[in-house]
Amino acid sequence: MTTSEIHQRLQAQFGEAVGPLSEPKVDPFAFVKPDRLVEVCRFLKDTPGLEIDFCEDLTAVDWPKRDAIEVVYHLYSYKYRHGIVLKVEASRAAPTVPSVEGVWKAANWMEREVYDLFGVTFSGHPDLRRVMLPDDWVGHPLRKDYQEAGGFHGIPNLRENPLVELRRLDEVRMAEHAKANPPPPPPAAPAPSAAGAPPSPAAPPAAPKA
Amino acid sequence: MNRDAMDAGIGGEIVTSHTNQLDRIINLARANSLHYLLFGLACCGIELMQFGGPRADADRFGAVFRATPRQADFMIVAGTLTYKMAERLKLLYDQMAEPKYVISMGSCANCGGLFQLAYSVCKGVDKVVPVDVYVPGCPPRPEALTEGLLRLQDLVMRERWKDKRRPPRATPATGGRA
Repeated sequence: MTTSEIHQRLQAQFGEAVGPLSEPKVDPFAFVKPDRLVEVCRFLKDTPGLEIDFCEDLTAVDWPKRDAIEVVYHLYSYKYRHGIVLKVEASRAAPTVPSVEGVWKAANWMEREVYDLFGVTFSGHPDLRRVMLPDDWVGHPLRKDYQEAGGFHGIPNLRENPLVELRRLDEVRMAEHAKANPPPPPPAAPAPSAAGAPPSPAAPPAAPKA
Repeated sequence: MNRDAMDAGIGGEIVTSHTNQLDRIINLARANSLHYLLFGLACCGIELMQFGGPRADADRFGAVFRATPRQADFMIVAGTLTYKMAERLKLLYDQMAEPKYVISMGSCANCGGLFQLAYSVCKGVDKVVPVDVYVPGCPPRPEALTEGLLRLQDLVMRERWKDKRRPPRATPATGGRA
């Protein structure tokens, strides 16, 4: 079954809750209203002709200009080798989307990842907490307006340019070494004969050596 | 140009080689049995495995891997260190017994490497533990890590038993160097 046929069956069942199919660029997708999302997913999984039993991917896209976070579901069926992509739009201020963890267990950790990186709350998720970042991390890094907090638990997140840092360290070490081993005092004034020696006697001895 | 001259040229430590026989014997034993704590975090871990493998054999230098920090003399941090892992790294480093050393392997461990702009990557292992030898590369060849081990052996050979307490280490807050 092609994606557009799946989409037609969805629209026949749910009508307005499923949006139009996008242009077939890579994966044609359709927007779904958030409140009917779990019904749509359960229909996709349980209907005999569709049997979309594999949630391939669950991820999100942050659109600050549209003031929305889109949650994207890549769905596939092992039995019929067909799939469809669904998108749900949530507002950036308080992004909440119903959880499809009851439909596909694979969505459990993927929704936790979306929560971790975007801050989208999935209502009905049994264990919604951070999955990759440390538990006390502040902020949601994949949002477009994320600012780093300047380090974590006292470890700074800036590093001096090594060309500058190594030169500075070398100068410090040289200074320490010079202080530890003071240079010998300069020799007394050279003898007058050596200072007044003309260069010509020095030239002939140098010529045979060359 | 031997190593001491190279180090002197870039302002490294210049230690006279007037160590006495006891130092030489003790350091010979120590340098040729340095056991390392496996700390392969990422791709450099594969090269670390080959460093212990048959071709660039670490075992011929006496360096065998230990899985526990309690039995390790030094630690090879191979791979990208994240902030989440940095606390565990410090914990394991604290569990090692003195005298202990750290080899930072690969550019991710040296300075954050390829992932320096990432939010979750610690920009260098020396922000957490003091490092003795930096081995550059992405990843460094096993032979390069062997060179790092030899440098560490030189460092150990130059130590003196009467200076049992090593010179004060830098704190992580200063960026890893005194």
